[in-house]
Amino acid sequence: MTKIKSLADLRAMKQSVQEKLDTRVKGTEEGLVQVKVAMATCGIAAGAKQVMDYMMEETEKRGINAVFTQTGCMGYCHAEPTIEVTRPGEDPVVFGYVDIKKADQIIEKYIKDGELVDGVIPVNYEKIKD
Amino acid sequence: MHLLICGGTGCSASKSQEIADNLKITLKDKGLENEVQVILTGCFGFCEKGPIVKIMPDNTFYTEVKPEDAREIIEEHVIKGRKVTRLLYSDPENDQRVADSKHMGFYKKQMRIALRNCGFIDPQNIEEYIGEDGYAALAKCLGEMTPEQVINEIKLSGLRGRGGGGFPTGLKWEIASKNHADQKYVVCNADEGDPGAFMDRSILEGDPHSVLEAMTINGYAIGATKGLIYIRAEYPLAIQRLLTAIDQSREYGLLGEDILGSGFNFDIELRYGAGAFVCGEETALIHSMEGKRGEPTFKPPFPAQSGYNNKPTNVNNVETYANVPIIINKGAAWFSSIGTEKSKGTKVFALAGQINNVGLIEVPMGITLREVIYEIGGGIKGGKEFKAVQTGGPSGGCLTKKHLDTPIDYDNLIAAGSMMGSGGMVVMDETSCMVAIAKFYLEFTVEESCGKCSPCRIGNKRLYEILEKITKGNGTMEDLDNLRNLAGVIKDTALCGLGQTSPNPVLSTIDNFYDEYVEHIKDKKCRAGVCKSLMRYIIDPEQCVGCTACARNCPVNAIKGEKKLPHLINQELCIKCGACIERCKFGAISIQ
Repeated sequence: MTKIKSLADLRAMKQSVQEKLDTRVKGTEEGLVQVKVAMATCGIAAGAKQVMDYMMEETEKRGINAVFTQTGCMGYCHAEPTIEVTRPGEDPVVFGYVDIKKADQIIEKYIKDGELVDGVIPVNYEKIKD
Repeated sequence: MHLLICGGTGCSASKSQEIADNLKITLKDKGLENEVQVILTGCFGFCEKGPIVKIMPDNTFYTEVKPEDAREIIEEHVIKGRKVTRLLYSDPENDQRVADSKHMGFYKKQMRIALRNCGFIDPQNIEEYIGEDGYAALAKCLGEMTPEQVINEIKLSGLRGRGGGGFPTGLKWEIASKNHADQKYVVCNADEGDPGAFMDRSILEGDPHSVLEAMTINGYAIGATKGLIYIRAEYPLAIQRLLTAIDQSREYGLLGEDILGSGFNFDIELRYGAGAFVCGEETALIHSMEGKRGEPTFKPPFPAQSGYNNKPTNVNNVETYANVPIIINKGAAWFSSIGTEKSKGTKVFALAGQINNVGLIEVPMGITLREVIYEIGGGIKGGKEFKAVQTGGPSGGCLTKKHLDTPIDYDNLIAAGSMMGSGGMVVMDETSCMVAIAKFYLEFTVEESCGKCSPCRIGNKRLYEILEKITKGNGTMEDLDNLRNLAGVIKDTALCGLGQTSPNPVLSTIDNFYDEYVEHIKDKKCRAGVCKSLMRYIIDPEQCVGCTACARNCPVNAIKGEKKLPHLINQELCIKCGACIERCKFGAISIQ
């Protein structure tokens, strides 16, 4: 890795990362599904790691092109483990109380066909924008 | 198309399952069951107006829906595409019906500034942070601003310390910058110790780079080249993520020498704490970092004058730091437009206790408790009655029903006998005994007192003993005066901030729940049924059939009686374990 030596370097990097993130969020032509798993101490304690492992394995087995990332606390402690799924070109959806069984449903119904399953956590906050 | 029905506790109680069933039946009637899906969701948080039905993808938000409204929603909205106006949310301010939930006020109740990246980016990947404008604030400071301008921007923003005291951050930086020395230090206080608080841990685990960036900015502003993060060893994941983040920052040249070609050097190291509560106090924290006992010392000298290794040191809390980059990026004016006159920005709270949506929330200063509890928190568990909220942990106090509409900010909380603290918010319902709550926090303080000064070491122990006496049913009215007097003395004479605030839980419960204390003392009664010594298990001879189930299961053989004849509990032997009440099939045993 070359070091970031100036503001221009930083901007260039931001630009390239944003493009990468954008393609990830919007999905590529092959329809990349993005899954974020809330993995703070509490999420992990509630089983987020097992769910992530399971989903990574299963999506691969079922031939789904998905990318998994871990992220920090989403704030829904009452509904851990929580995951956020973004289908190509769609708004992200957060699911709560995701155990192995629910993870299976999410893959089969939501990731494959876009059918929601019970346990969606509604967004109830405002994010700051530029 | 999706119909989302709230399946949260509040809405379920008002028949949301039935609404879902009716919607499904109607859809089937119309042959639409394959086109439109009915989904139960988690709580929307807006339980006051529940049950909630949201139609996707057009974001229509129906409130206070009844099972019999299902048909109309399907026939009108789903089939004909016409909104059912009478079920739309009506804005209390202008009485207008709001169709799209994105325009509803309650979405604005939560605003994520400190938590802006938490739960969105991968904390172990610096590039994701950079993609979200990360390190842009640092670049701006180093490239375009003088240290004085940086300090001024923070001062203008009105940011105050989020660790508890609420000291103006910009002023703190200014004092540290004016003290000249060959070496200065920037310290991040990540010693989060309030029971039930996990705001700082969540930020460190979810967005560690924001803290590193802010500390570097802080270093530039006050002329320090070294940063230290004091973090408790009980936070292994936060530590691991911080270490990864520090490594990455160094690798990218955002920590180390000649950062961004500006000639400014800065590096950060971790220092581990063993989890003593008092080490959250800045002087004790500094001593602990120096390898000495974690005990506070008298201020002045303030750390800004003589701190770590006797050098000028600036100590700020994790959440305070998390606010800094965004203030630089978006400007002081933007930040100070949020919040109240004297408390700017937002505050993160760890919402816990008897509330439906236990969670991490971030709200603008000035929001009311009512909004937090009923519009974000989803109301009290099991539909019970709200009794009190404890804020500020062992240094704070209880807020009650009369404070529900008080805007939450630093000064209002202090006026109400509590304090902001680091952001723990424990909600209690009618099953909580306020004397026992005060005792719980005192027990914590007694356990955690460092023992250096006698008011805290001995005084709090005495307070605890008096509370113990009251909960055992041996209290006198004189004890109440003693509690008040002693608490006053401790407040006035303890050495550090922790000692000075430790009587707050006692004082605020006496002020707000005086009746409950008197009941414990005079009537020997605990209305919440918490204080075991004041409870009596009684067998009703009319209902008892003499089955002997209770007597056989009593662990201390306190129940006597002949078979098929009413039994009797020996109150002196009874340990109030409740085993008898669980075994009795005839409902003959009650608690008095």
